[in-house]
Amino acid sequence: MRGERSLFKGLCFAMRPGTLLAVRGVNGSGKTSLLRMMCGLLTPAAGTLKWNDTEIGEAGEEFRAQLIYLGHLNGLKDELNATENLRLSLRVAGIAVNDAEAVAALEWSGLRERRHQPCGTLSQGQRRRVALARLQLSQARPLWILDEPFTALDVASVERTRDLIVNHLAAGGMVALTTHQEVPITAPITATVELGV
Amino acid sequence: MNRPGLLDCMKTVIARDIRIALRRRADVMTSLIFFVIVVSLFPLGIGADPVLLRTLGPGVVWVAALLACMLALGRLFANDHADGTLEQLILSPQPLSLLVLAKTIAHWLTTGLPLVVIAPLLGLQFNLDADALLVLIASLLLGTPTLSLIGAIGAALTLGLRGGGALLALLILPLYIPVLIFGAGAVEATAAALGATAHLSILGALLLCTLVFAPWATALALKIATE
Repeated sequence: MRGERSLFKGLCFAMRPGTLLAVRGVNGSGKTSLLRMMCGLLTPAAGTLKWNDTEIGEAGEEFRAQLIYLGHLNGLKDELNATENLRLSLRVAGIAVNDAEAVAALEWSGLRERRHQPCGTLSQGQRRRVALARLQLSQARPLWILDEPFTALDVASVERTRDLIVNHLAAGGMVALTTHQEVPITAPITATVELGV
Repeated sequence: MNRPGLLDCMKTVIARDIRIALRRRADVMTSLIFFVIVVSLFPLGIGADPVLLRTLGPGVVWVAALLACMLALGRLFANDHADGTLEQLILSPQPLSLLVLAKTIAHWLTTGLPLVVIAPLLGLQFNLDADALLVLIASLLLGTPTLSLIGAIGAALTLGLRGGGALLALLILPLYIPVLIFGAGAVEATAAALGATAHLSILGALLLCTLVFAPWATALALKIATE
């Protein structure tokens, strides 16, 4: 996969099953832009991004069915409670979950007791945890693109999320992420993209 | 885990948006009450001349419906844009234009349909007879979905712009003109005993055309807005 933009150029990288792609760089160096390009939310000014040798724009629905993206924004509705948010957002992403599975994922996040509370009343970190519970239920999706997954999380949640990522990588998944926190993640293959140098 | 199909996905979007609208009833009520008040102002301002009111009635109800629809458009995508659910919608493995259609249907059910239901009551203030009221309902039923569909394009185009509300009005109101002409025309034709079939057919044709093209244009605009 290659991406090129005035923020960065001459970028070339490939991900195979088990690859952890760590995107590093100072604020404003284009980490989020790169991740959004990898999802197909942004079109690169030049260069191409390919999934199984097909350009992601062409692969379209087929590519999006392999992907889970967690951006800066959690993608949660303030008016809905955690279970509703989790089930509905996964259904839109093309993953069917029943109530029991959703509750189990929220239990994993430590939010079981708060699952009936509207997400608007949860704290920033708790909302992040609801969003991360989506990962717990999308382990069948090979490609995870995570923009600052550890923001606003407490220590225990960071560990939990890290373990989830490590397991996903060990099972042959691929993870692209940006983070400013030093969270050691062991992966079969680790690649680093340094931006803004 | 089996993958939910397209219809499942559309139903999910519709159900979610309706649920949110029901939990935020104030938003839904605002445009409905706006509609009621604007329509009611005219008989008060013009006076109780039955002939004059009957002439003005269809036009007034339709113009008010137009403005009420527009008032509600701002929040069609704005909240989803702000909380990130729009990104997730775009990344869904289903075609975005059909998910947009689902969102527009939910929007119409929570804003357009209440207008249709309450319109005959308001029509009584204008001395419209039973036939004219029936045609008023029919014309709104065919016309308001078109307003929602066209409005969705404008809402997507002005998404994330500062002062988008005024721009939205400038962009969308001219496009509403055909619906207004044939919607109000249908009721006037009935009141004049000319028959409204032609008008209603044209409203139906407009609805079918926008049903095909509007979601596709809205989806394109949304992708640009989120870049």
